[in-house]
Amino acid sequence: MAFRAAVVTFPGSNCDRDMAVALEQVSGTAPLRLWHGDAELPQGLDFIALPGGFSYGDYLRSGAMAANSPIMRSIIAAAERGVPVLGVCNGFQVLTESGLLPGALMRNASQNFICRAVSLRVENNQSLFTSAYDANEEIRIPVAHHDGNYFADDETLDRLEGEGRVAFRYLEPVNGSRRDIAGVLNAAGNVLGMMPHPERAIEPAHGGSDGRRLFESAIKALVAA
Amino acid sequence: MKVRILVRLKPGVLDPQGRAVHHALEGMGFAGVEDVRVGRMIDLDVADGTSDEALDDMCRKLLANMVIENYEIQKLSETEAA
Repeated sequence: MAFRAAVVTFPGSNCDRDMAVALEQVSGTAPLRLWHGDAELPQGLDFIALPGGFSYGDYLRSGAMAANSPIMRSIIAAAERGVPVLGVCNGFQVLTESGLLPGALMRNASQNFICRAVSLRVENNQSLFTSAYDANEEIRIPVAHHDGNYFADDETLDRLEGEGRVAFRYLEPVNGSRRDIAGVLNAAGNVLGMMPHPERAIEPAHGGSDGRRLFESAIKALVAA
Repeated sequence: MKVRILVRLKPGVLDPQGRAVHHALEGMGFAGVEDVRVGRMIDLDVADGTSDEALDDMCRKLLANMVIENYEIQKLSETEAA
């Protein structure tokens, strides 16, 4: 059964091709490519990816304009039906701005753009995005962002931690994120937002392949369903 | 009708940008700056009679991020808007 994934391109997305290549390499099937202005999604999608980049030039706030683009109305509806949605970097910012994930991504505490591989801990290996990782496994995935400083109030953070919705945590100081949160899940577990780029760690030539199992997890979950 | 929206980070939300500006001011030799918070100002020209509810809606849904920001709506007089 082919894995029917889609990658959304907003004006200013720049990791959409990398995301498509990663999905094709891991699943064996090239994903559909969707445009921000598409009001309707193709039928029967198994997986939707919101890529990194600088959608709409980061105008107003990172992800704010993309969160209100036509395609996002359909993606919000699909996510509410249980379709897996992965947002990486700017995709994570779009997911928080759209309300699919709690919190907000602010300017890095250092004010600097940060572009390097970082160590993460897999905090929840029970989700459909992380089941191929070991519990508490330490992995290395690159980050490349200016606005990755995750913020939510204490009550929200406590709820996320209590419900196992912190998927990944930084093992080193990176961007000032509260409680070193690198990736969060929605309550139903079918939406994941993360600042690190798993699509940039798919094969040894990338300097590491720790991102590959995120996509393998999602494919395995589909086959099992 | 000219409307000015002021968007500010909520109290307690760390403002790295404000802190950097604060450091820069101190580095330039300006003494006595206690704190700096950086916000955003958005001027709108809207149809006369646009409701307060509609303006609130614009702020909540797009112009401000209610997780981290507060907003203030100011209706400008002709002289202020000029």
